[in-house]
Amino acid sequence: MDNLTIGGIELKSRLLIGTGKYPNHKSMYEAIESCGTQVVTMALRRVDLESKEDNIIEFIPKDCILLPNTSGARNAEEAVRIARLAKAMGCGNWIKIEVISDNKYLLPDNIETIKATEILAKEGFIVLPYMSPDLMVGKRLVEAGAAAVMPLGSPIGTNRGIRTKELVQIMIDEIDAPIIVDAGIGKPSEATEAMEMGAAAVLVNTAIATSGDPIKMAKAFSLAVEAGRMAYLAKLGAKGSIAKASSPLTGFLGEGDK
Amino acid sequence: MELLNYMEKYKNLDLDSYFSNLTKEDVIRAINERKPSTLDYLTLLSPIAENYLEEMAQKAHTLSLQNFGKSILLYTPLYLSNHCVNLCSYCSFNRENDITRKKLAMSEIEAEAKEISALGLKHILILTGESRKETPVEYIVEAVEVLKKYFDSISIEVYPLKEDEYSKLIEAGVDALTIYQEVYDEEVYNRVHISGPKKEYNYRLEAPERACRAKIRSVNIGALLGLTEWRKEAFMTGVHADYLQNKYPEVEVSVSLPRIRPHIGMVSSYDVVEDKDLVQIMLATRIFLPRAGITISTRERKEFRDNLVPLGVTKMSAGVSTEVGGHSSTDKTESQFDISDTRSVDEMKDMILSKGYQPIFKDWMHI
Repeated sequence: MDNLTIGGIELKSRLLIGTGKYPNHKSMYEAIESCGTQVVTMALRRVDLESKEDNIIEFIPKDCILLPNTSGARNAEEAVRIARLAKAMGCGNWIKIEVISDNKYLLPDNIETIKATEILAKEGFIVLPYMSPDLMVGKRLVEAGAAAVMPLGSPIGTNRGIRTKELVQIMIDEIDAPIIVDAGIGKPSEATEAMEMGAAAVLVNTAIATSGDPIKMAKAFSLAVEAGRMAYLAKLGAKGSIAKASSPLTGFLGEGDK
Repeated sequence: MELLNYMEKYKNLDLDSYFSNLTKEDVIRAINERKPSTLDYLTLLSPIAENYLEEMAQKAHTLSLQNFGKSILLYTPLYLSNHCVNLCSYCSFNRENDITRKKLAMSEIEAEAKEISALGLKHILILTGESRKETPVEYIVEAVEVLKKYFDSISIEVYPLKEDEYSKLIEAGVDALTIYQEVYDEEVYNRVHISGPKKEYNYRLEAPERACRAKIRSVNIGALLGLTEWRKEAFMTGVHADYLQNKYPEVEVSVSLPRIRPHIGMVSSYDVVEDKDLVQIMLATRIFLPRAGITISTRERKEFRDNLVPLGVTKMSAGVSTEVGGHSSTDKTESQFDISDTRSVDEMKDMILSKGYQPIFKDWMHI
């Protein structure tokens, strides 16, 4: 399969994994291992460097890129502060911006997200902003320096699939940067769907972490993402709205005058 | 005023007549509602809904998994002082009780912080009685400065403050406020709060909102269940929480479900809240407010708390002492109330893991 390049790094896996909601760190570690992901996101608010036993970073395979996220930030300023803390704590220079000032639906604040992206990209971060799908906002994020744009498929944790499909499709078609579908993907077939649409990658957390067997589910997602990417590259057959066997309206054209 | 007007709409509802008109179809519909209304919430608290606890539990479990995953945040309370000018019939810190009064000095707070943080806890809840003379805001600010070195999240459970005082504390490093109305029924409120500044019902009711305006990150409210008819109290708690969540969407709103516990000087006969009643309140709360945190304290006995883990609880206390200086000193005071679940942090951690859940020690940081 073709590689994905983000921030100058070539990634073999197009599945990004979140670390929340797992029953324990061990199952999280094994899930990450089983799906071969190379980018793992974690809320910086959960990172506890002092605790050997409970430091989440200790349970992320060493060859993965850490993608700390700014969960808990309510505006651009807080997101920027969290990003800087993440760097100071040794989490590298990749950052997933999450600015959420709506605790009911956890929908991102696109305007504050643009502001934070601009500041952090200038500071040299590889910025991956989480956003509500919107073409113009997507373009602004790229102009502001986003390395990829991450529209939501449906609200975080809902497992409702890609309800924002039309808008995400337009973003994929029109934005010259990787589009990563983040949030809402509830099952492997929906990850395939995103990849078939031409998404550069998907980010999955709840669907794996809260499944009956996170390790098996992570593997299933990894296969689904590969299948979807392969299908996209192979170019899907055109979808016809009627069967091709006959042409009731234009069939006479080939028949000559009888 | 806005809150008072909003609560007014619901507080005079005739619950008995509402409940008597409900059918089982109403309950099933309320459980499955995409976005349950305030009255759906009341339906879930009704006597007839008691027959559908398993169905409610299934829904609550699913919503909890979606929103919080398999995780429980652990914290512990730290009592800074038991000086109190109020006379409340249900609390052993009340000013007429002949107990040893103590206020921790900063060095003692630091000693407590060391003991507690050594257990791995990163979230602390600090408490005082109500005494602006003994524990003024400046004292709490100073305590926060000390505790910041040891904890990633500092919550306060102190007497109601003015907006600018909340701002001061937030500036110092406080990120969450716990304040219980204790009882939403104004008549009972007036009766159990015999004298002292706590008698001011409205000032207390509006305290969480003042903190929201001061841009606190999280507020936690609740009623002391058992002081009067629990269905109405649980209902008004939900109404209050919903109001806050709608008006301040940037704030994380949580609800605590404290049941009244035996304490020194306990008098009157309270409305008994059975285990199944508490479960019903918790399930109804989760279905009505899927994003709200739910706290169950060590007032509850351990076996019961264990069974609540998958039903929607998101925060639990561990290694608890309700005495001033209870963590480090041999010279401690009487407790505010008797705790029931006396397990250590390690024991709580093991229990949560054994349930297939992850104990969370850190879920915030000073930014």
